[in-house]
Amino acid sequence: MTLTRREVEDIAHLARLQITEQELPVYAGNLSRILEFVEQLSAAGTEGIEPMAHPLPNQVQPLRDDAVTETDHRDRYQGNAPVVEAGLYLVPKVIE
Amino acid sequence: MTAAELGRGLRSGRFSSAEVTRHFLERIDHSNARLNAFVTVVPERAMASARRADATIARGEGGPLTGVPLAHKDIFCTDGVLTSCGSRMLSNFVAPYDATVVERLAAAGMVMLGKTNMDEFAMGSSNETSYFGPVRNPWDGTRVPGGSSGGSAAAVAARIAPVATGTDTGGSIRQPAALTGLTGLKPTYGRVSRYGMVAFASSLDQGGVLAQSVEDAALVLAAMAGYDARDSTSVDVPVPDYVAGLGQSMRGLRIGVIREFFGEGLEEDTGLAVRAALDGYRAMGATLVELSLPNLPLSVPTYYVVAPAECSSNLSRFDGVRFGHRCREPRDLTDLYKRSRGEGFGAEVKRRIMTGTYVLSAGYYDAYYLKAQKVRSLINADFRRAFAEVDVLMGPTTPTPAFAIGAKVDDPITMYLNDIYTIGANLAGLPAISVPCGLVEGLPVGLQLIGPHFSEDRLLAVAHAWQRESDWHRRVPPLFA
Repeated sequence: MTLTRREVEDIAHLARLQITEQELPVYAGNLSRILEFVEQLSAAGTEGIEPMAHPLPNQVQPLRDDAVTETDHRDRYQGNAPVVEAGLYLVPKVIE
Repeated sequence: MTAAELGRGLRSGRFSSAEVTRHFLERIDHSNARLNAFVTVVPERAMASARRADATIARGEGGPLTGVPLAHKDIFCTDGVLTSCGSRMLSNFVAPYDATVVERLAAAGMVMLGKTNMDEFAMGSSNETSYFGPVRNPWDGTRVPGGSSGGSAAAVAARIAPVATGTDTGGSIRQPAALTGLTGLKPTYGRVSRYGMVAFASSLDQGGVLAQSVEDAALVLAAMAGYDARDSTSVDVPVPDYVAGLGQSMRGLRIGVIREFFGEGLEEDTGLAVRAALDGYRAMGATLVELSLPNLPLSVPTYYVVAPAECSSNLSRFDGVRFGHRCREPRDLTDLYKRSRGEGFGAEVKRRIMTGTYVLSAGYYDAYYLKAQKVRSLINADFRRAFAEVDVLMGPTTPTPAFAIGAKVDDPITMYLNDIYTIGANLAGLPAISVPCGLVEGLPVGLQLIGPHFSEDRLLAVAHAWQRESDWHRRVPPLFA
């Protein structure tokens, strides 16, 4: 599996990662190596084998009562935000 | 002195927590520049906790860890203290709450000295991916301490902290423990709450301990384990008294020796040290059975599909909006995301996010991600079959002792293969521990023990039996003795 620069650009865009022109060939090389390495999985016989998403058997998603358990920490949490105004997180204009 | 010994000394009044804490803060002050083990040290906060612990002890209250200092890996959220996760992305993040692990160890009276360096977002096996620079191995400053919990490992190995927390997604507690001569315990998945532990790969991540002895690991695990409603994968299984169970006899114990762990790639002297430890168990009355887990060699490629897939999803939360690094003057929202993430993440994290994005993308999902999940089932079934025959599995923790800083940074695959013996336990969610079993040219190597789900009590007892027969765990790096 060899990824082209163009494919790496597409992946980086999907992942919302800015990659510089100089970095592109490096990542193309690295990612191709990694995909080549994991390619060996294709040789394993997995006919009829259930995929395993979770390490413990019989785990169920627990439900809790639909009751308020958290208090308001907005100001505290927004202390870590890069830009806030009037309790709102600011981003560049999205709708023209 | 171990954490257990410090606790006994504190309760008997031989010294106070304020004295002990000051001692470790001075050692950190003296040695941290050389090791780069701590990202943040909190002397005032530590001294205040120590004085509170002394008051608790004076009232005749508290437990075995009251007043004992510790270091937290910088992946655990600590209320009011920088929680960087070794990343530029979180280099300005002051956590607004405590992780459950932090909260429980504080409730046990432990005194936090600071936060330890780590591979960025726990992605690495050498501590070289940290935004804050590599950590140095106390046994040889030109070598890596292992990773990702390398700062915790270096801190405890150099005795600038008596014990430390870590996390283990593919070996990040056991591998650095082996390379620095420590005892490193990764509990069963779900045994320790992941609440407030920055997520890397949620079906694999598990918090644990790096300690000077099995007794210390047992004490700290007892204090940090248990059900937590705030982590939906936390398991409601009672926490046994791990320390009380340590005295078990090894007579009749059935040990499975994993054949796949002694093949090509295992450095000869490391293998000999592990074999000597196995002989030690035989002398204690255990039976050794050689076993094959045929799918285990596929654990590294399986992991490098599953873990990046989960990481690409988990790390999508870092968007430059609510917390973390934000680029300057974004042109539009896409530019804000791309540049904030491009600048905030280092090369290894970007590699893994992109690998994960690729294997989850339309057209490749079945060939990579679904396939890896099926192979994960096969690996899990190998372990299940093995535990029908034996009580515990053993083998080396790592293929070689600590390697030189810079030796493997250019080739991700060579780096990934460091975790060839540790990843299996994560994929199957099993508890595993590494204990020191020798020195190879002055560098520590570890024996790994893997047990069935929720068998920490027996696993600790078996590991402790080795530490009664050997003194490798008492060796201190000559420069820090």
